[in-house]
Amino acid sequence: MSSERTERIGSPAELEEFRKGILSKRDPKKPCISLCSGSACHATGSGKVAARLEEEIEKQGLSDAVEVRKTGCHGFCERGPIMVIHPEEVCYLQITPGDVGEIFSQTIKNNEIVERLLYTDPATNKKIAHESDIPFYKKQKRLVFGANGSIDPKSIEDYLAIGGYSALAKALFQQSPEQVIEQVKASKLRGRGGAGFPTGVKWEFARKSVDDTKYVIVNADEGDPGAYMDRSVLEGNPFSVLEGLTIGAYAIGASEGYIYVRQEYPLAVENITRAIQKAEEHGLLGENILGSGFSFRVKVHRGAGAFVCGEETALIASLEGKPGEPRARPPYPAVKGLNGKPSNINNVETWATVPLIINNGPEYFASIGTERSAGTKIFSLVGKVNHTGLVEVPMGISLRDIIYEIGGGIPGGKKFKAVQTGGPSGGCITAENLDIKVDFDELPKVGAIMGSGGMIV
Amino acid sequence: MDDGKIDKILDKYPSDPSSLIQVLLEIQSDLRWLPKKALAKVSEKLKVPLNRIQHITTFYKAFSLVPKGRHQIHVCTGTACHVRGAKRVLEVVQNTTGLKPGLTDQDFKFTLETVNCVGCCALGPVMVIDGEYHGKMAPAKSEDVLKSYE
Ligand SMILES: Cc1cc2nc3c(=O)[nH]c(=O)nc-3n(C[C@H](O)[C@H](O)[C@H](O)COP(=O)(O)O)c2cc1C
Ligand code: SF4
Ligand code: FES
Repeated sequence: MSSERTERIGSPAELEEFRKGILSKRDPKKPCISLCSGSACHATGSGKVAARLEEEIEKQGLSDAVEVRKTGCHGFCERGPIMVIHPEEVCYLQITPGDVGEIFSQTIKNNEIVERLLYTDPATNKKIAHESDIPFYKKQKRLVFGANGSIDPKSIEDYLAIGGYSALAKALFQQSPEQVIEQVKASKLRGRGGAGFPTGVKWEFARKSVDDTKYVIVNADEGDPGAYMDRSVLEGNPFSVLEGLTIGAYAIGASEGYIYVRQEYPLAVENITRAIQKAEEHGLLGENILGSGFSFRVKVHRGAGAFVCGEETALIASLEGKPGEPRARPPYPAVKGLNGKPSNINNVETWATVPLIINNGPEYFASIGTERSAGTKIFSLVGKVNHTGLVEVPMGISLRDIIYEIGGGIPGGKKFKAVQTGGPSGGCITAENLDIKVDFDELPKVGAIMGSGGMIV
Repeated sequence: MDDGKIDKILDKYPSDPSSLIQVLLEIQSDLRWLPKKALAKVSEKLKVPLNRIQHITTFYKAFSLVPKGRHQIHVCTGTACHVRGAKRVLEVVQNTTGLKPGLTDQDFKFTLETVNCVGCCALGPVMVIDGEYHGKMAPAKSEDVLKSYE
């Protein structure tokens, strides 16, 4: 699988050629077993399953016939470890090392399905074989999070194979920085870190602050208990965050970037650090990116544990090596941020959404969700609900749909009491408001907030 | 204390104050605490006054000025784990180890701490030992897990 390349990619044309090369070596009909290997999956024993899988392939001499891909989180963490066998997309749940032999003899060799590992629909008692037919996934719209289940976060080839870095090439060669900002504004993207500030407007402030050094920063502090979508995106699809960040740096005119990750997320630190290195090797980061003349460097900074560091001014203090204490604004970071220079901070999910907007155009993104809250949002649905995990839904979906259709209701058929959104500073929504539409403006009407996307039932 | 280790860590980062937290994090994970001698070295090399380093080490939770146990137990008491019974798990861990959160036993075997969220909320209650995640902890299961550590 490794088409090792040390030479930097020097132009958009070369990028497309390289992408073609990767795709031509891949046979879409060849069975590919993807196994989730995020932090949460390890708690369910996915490491042991992976080891067993590799052993079996070795034993049966199948290393050319079957591909194994260790991906990030598929979202359905409750039922992890999760295995999806492509191209048929057969989805097995809660696999143990003991199941591996059977999966090989039945599914890989004979194309037969191992019934007992499938999802059972509690309503009909029917088995469901395909991932996309499982109710947990069916009502979701996984634009940002979807790729997590099909790529190996360690592999830049995997990211390129699904169209990665085409947005960066488009921005650098077909759009001026101002045009990029116009697109992000027109998409109506609002920050996913909690406050919901329009991202394009924020970028414009930073663009207009004149200085020879400017910074862009990824906020991956994710301090709200019960929320872990940022971790899963960074772990499972680090290149999407990097691509978004690089586009933002170009738009704002920043030459340096920081990724601030809480140290409780060691796998996220590892994966994003590797992604930076690979992107540099391929000429997608560093000096003269894709031959465009634009240069941009990124460093990873680990947080040391303090809830308040997720707040942007505290985060900046922490990046400077000081205690992470918030300071009064203004001046805003867009004017005076890191080291006193103009800085733009966005949340992980916000950055990861940017390539999607550049690729598909702002109208596409704005057409999803509601009038004032565009696009999709990832929520972590946890607590006392049947299907806990990460769910990505269009804004404006009802809370009832999230908890009952996707989440499968409350365990033991009990009554729903309340859901807490927005972390400790958020609020609780009770049963009479279950039909509320989930977006930035509706939730506050019942005393809750969107927050960063934690939903604790 | 291993002077060589500290020098090696310091060499990896630019010698300026902005490296402070990253350097301290590495020393902490290598030695499991921040000995005074190490801090003096860091102060000299990064040109940060010792009293500022003291402030940093007490501000951030990740740092410890006393030695920690060989195995670090983190019981998540974040909201999602809480609603799924983290309290009972914590009780069992306390009884099994004889420790209260924040403490280390005399043999330096375990250090027990509570954390606010480790990002595995779907699998709550969660306990992390030396970076290894244990999910869906029932009280009896957590006792078994603890017993597997030497
Ligand atoms: C106490 C506090 C904690 C915060 N924690 C986070 C966090 O963990 N992650 C995050 O992205 N934003 C957090 N924020 C919001 C940030 O200050 C900032 O608004 C955000 O990173 C901007 O990104 P966005 O516009 O993409 O949402 C927090 C704010 C406050 C006041
Ligand atoms: S992340 Fe996990 S571990 Fe944390 S609160 Fe959430 S559930 Fe607990
Ligand atoms: S990490 Fe495996 S499903 Fe979430």
